[in-house]
Amino acid sequence: MTHLDDSVQTMHSVPEGSSAQVETTEEIRITTPENVCGMGHRMKRKEDPRFIRGQGRYVDDVKLPGMLYMDIVRSPYAHAKILNIDASEALAMDGVVAVITGKDLEAAGGLHWMPTLMSDTQMVLPIEKVVYFAQEVCAVIATERYIAADAIEKVYVEYDPLDAVVDPFEAMKDKVIVRDDKEKKTNHIWHWEAGDKEATDKVFADATTVVKEKMHIPRIHVSSIETCGMVANYDATMGKMQLYMTTQAPHAIRTVFALVSGLPEHKIQVIAPDIGGGFGGKVPVYPGYVICAVASLVTGKPVKWIEDRSENLQADSFARDYHIEAEMAADADGKITGMRVKTLADNGAADAAANPSKFPAGMYSICTGSYDMKAAHVEVDGVYTTKPPGGVAYRCSFRVTEAVHMVERMVEIMAHQLGEDPADFRKKNFIQPDQFPYKSPTGWEYDSGNYPAALDKALEMIDYRALRQEQAEKRARGELMGIGISSFTEVVGAGNSRDFDILGIKMFDSAEVRIHPTGKAIARFGTKSQGQAHETTYAQIIAEELGIPAADIEVEEGDTDTAPYGLGTYASRSTPTAGAAGVMAARKIKAKAKKIAAYLLEVGEDDLEWNMDRFQVKGSPDQHKTIQDLAFAAYTNHPHGMEAGLEATDYYDPPNMTFPFGSYICVVDIDKGTGHIKVRRFVAIDDCGNIINPMIVEGQVHGGLTQGLAPALYEEIVYDEYGQNLTGTFADYLLPTAVESPKWETGHTITPSPHHPIGAKGVGESPTVGAPPAIANAVVDALWHLGVRHLDIPITPEKVWKALRDAGVSD
Amino acid sequence: MTTRKKITVTINGEAVTREVEPRTLLVHFIREDANLTGTHIGCDTTSCGACTVHLNGSAVKSCTVFAVQADGQSVDTVEGLANGAELHPLQEGFWEKHGLQCGYCTPGMMMTAKEFLARNPDPTEEEIRWGISGNLCRCTGYNKIVEAILYAAEKLRESGKEAAV
Repeated sequence: MTHLDDSVQTMHSVPEGSSAQVETTEEIRITTPENVCGMGHRMKRKEDPRFIRGQGRYVDDVKLPGMLYMDIVRSPYAHAKILNIDASEALAMDGVVAVITGKDLEAAGGLHWMPTLMSDTQMVLPIEKVVYFAQEVCAVIATERYIAADAIEKVYVEYDPLDAVVDPFEAMKDKVIVRDDKEKKTNHIWHWEAGDKEATDKVFADATTVVKEKMHIPRIHVSSIETCGMVANYDATMGKMQLYMTTQAPHAIRTVFALVSGLPEHKIQVIAPDIGGGFGGKVPVYPGYVICAVASLVTGKPVKWIEDRSENLQADSFARDYHIEAEMAADADGKITGMRVKTLADNGAADAAANPSKFPAGMYSICTGSYDMKAAHVEVDGVYTTKPPGGVAYRCSFRVTEAVHMVERMVEIMAHQLGEDPADFRKKNFIQPDQFPYKSPTGWEYDSGNYPAALDKALEMIDYRALRQEQAEKRARGELMGIGISSFTEVVGAGNSRDFDILGIKMFDSAEVRIHPTGKAIARFGTKSQGQAHETTYAQIIAEELGIPAADIEVEEGDTDTAPYGLGTYASRSTPTAGAAGVMAARKIKAKAKKIAAYLLEVGEDDLEWNMDRFQVKGSPDQHKTIQDLAFAAYTNHPHGMEAGLEATDYYDPPNMTFPFGSYICVVDIDKGTGHIKVRRFVAIDDCGNIINPMIVEGQVHGGLTQGLAPALYEEIVYDEYGQNLTGTFADYLLPTAVESPKWETGHTITPSPHHPIGAKGVGESPTVGAPPAIANAVVDALWHLGVRHLDIPITPEKVWKALRDAGVSD
Repeated sequence: MTTRKKITVTINGEAVTREVEPRTLLVHFIREDANLTGTHIGCDTTSCGACTVHLNGSAVKSCTVFAVQADGQSVDTVEGLANGAELHPLQEGFWEKHGLQCGYCTPGMMMTAKEFLARNPDPTEEEIRWGISGNLCRCTGYNKIVEAILYAAEKLRESGKEAAV
């Protein structure tokens, strides 16, 4: 386990990638016929038959004999001393089995506290005081869901309210200490920096133009439609704890549970069944999970806990909440020369982010984005407030969303300031294709990229010049139209394991591929799909490698008793890590199959060549053995002395991150009277390297774009001055519907990753990362001539209307 | 404890008789008593539509209907969409057009779409978007759901079948 301290964390070591220049194409390579369905095919999803029939199996669908139900008493205060908990009336109710308090957990071996994934600590259930609104105070276990819900109303908790501290700048003054359990009586958690301060200061001293902006990237919530939940099933006879759980990282969670609870790890089975959306919100361990497991241990019965939506919105990890002060410098030629960034990270009542240990602010130091500049320096301070702990990487690779939003806004402001066209300005400042592998000023090595190609394609698709013409005409008539660009670079696929870990567990991932005698296969992975279609894409990857039809390959994940150990699915890491492990395992199988083929064909291995699904004798393709022949032989007629069977396991540790990128262009029309923003068009060109299933990639991009639209225009978790959450239902926290979500127009370029075995990069998060600044830039572009430089997201009609009023446009 | 009431609800053509509390939500009756877990719960406030079923042919959000209100009446859920091995055109459309990802909103989305197509068998994209605007999906960005519903609409028109509910 690693531990954070308050000392300055210096720049990470530079990952050594096997990067090399690669070509950019648009054609999706297909090498297998339809019946095999390897890479590039628009294969229909293998998982869909159960979902379209309502036969998916989610945690709340698990029903075990004798199962009890748990409900949680939550704090009505953001900050208060607990004077007394009186559960006698609840305990007297028919059907109430137990009430679990912090003191009970303390007695059970100090389980009232748990580590967060950032090696901070977080209360499971409080004894002394609560530190956020809706914090878990105690839990009721009952025979029925409705009785449990009734009983929490009969638990009387006496509080002595304390002052809340909601604003992180106020928190930094240490007038109200959130975590008085800590030795140091301060809300300041950590300070972190990256880049070269001296070189950056020099660049700013030499600059011709400097632009500055303050921005807030507000608290938002992942809001997967399935909330979090668990069914814990402790079998006292066998000493085994089975945990059906909404988790994106079952193996890591099992280890954490073992370390925290003292139960032996082989007696803990975490099962992540079908997951109804994760987006990073199902990576952390929430108090509810721990209490539910303890409840099963205490009662000896299965216990189910399912959050309701308000609990989910009010108490589960938030994302973002970065207060940023950014500066960008440029020289007389309009070339960006440097960036200087200071950020306050509001972590709530615990640092419960899910970043690798060395990176308390995640990948935020990739804040120079797609642009080549001499120097950059970024500083981040983490601070406690009396709000729920976090923050998770909501559909993004550890804070890259915040970095991209900031740099894309700053580039836009600089372009406008210099009077340059934002597209031309970006092209002038891009890292050029011949600069890859590119070493960034904050220490990243970008594996491959072709930024002008993606932007050119987007400009052409949307007919950018015609739009600028239209905008000029409309502006002359007093109409408001804006065009916004975002040319983002993502950083995904953690690790390598030298630099990336979760609580000290290295960020590799794994695959185990087993070919049955009849040539069918099962493949198990250390990741866990939450809708990303791993059952399909992983099968296609193995089909590509071995020629076994994807339809003949069963993919399994999520059961820690059967799947190989892995770190899970988040940060767009599944294809870069577990996908690569699948490739490497398949290649080990192929190497063994070759030996069997040589034996059966009575030739030397050197005389054989691979052709899609078979080994054939060079120059004599009629003499061949298919993978199915070889699988059968592996169990029935393998060479003497060779181990029987045909299977392989691989733990893949990537040499570097992958760096997907893209260019998005958004067109908005703004109503002068109301401030209403209409997203008229949105073109998204993504480059995620080689594409495994174009249909699934489109789906990922569409979904991510709507999750980028959401924080740009609609979503924000809002607190009042007392720390009360004002957005605790979907009536207040506004997810876009099909009406708000525009008809996304998508396309791609393909610049493979040079270090990934199939040249893939990962795509799930690019659109969530890239879309918000494109939309924000479009709105500001529509208003710049009225003196508007920046608007914080979510850009609501009210904010636009106020800006218009201040500019004298609206009354 | 509240007095329980014996009710009979015909779900997908089969009568289910149970004693329930008057406050029992229809969605819990469907999931817990009838053991049909294809109908999901997403928000508890009638916002997300994951729990959409048909009550006497009309799409309703079953988290906001009491089970006793369905006594003696007919409820259709996602499990009743297919005719044995034969998928409903909406199920085909969602599969064919990648109209789902995590699958959690899908049953409710299809049940809403089914009623919508019965009312409007030849809809525009815009009409579909408004038609499903009471159902939230966090994964797909809706484009492919709209395509799936267009696919089903065409298929239903071609087959001459009413999208009767």
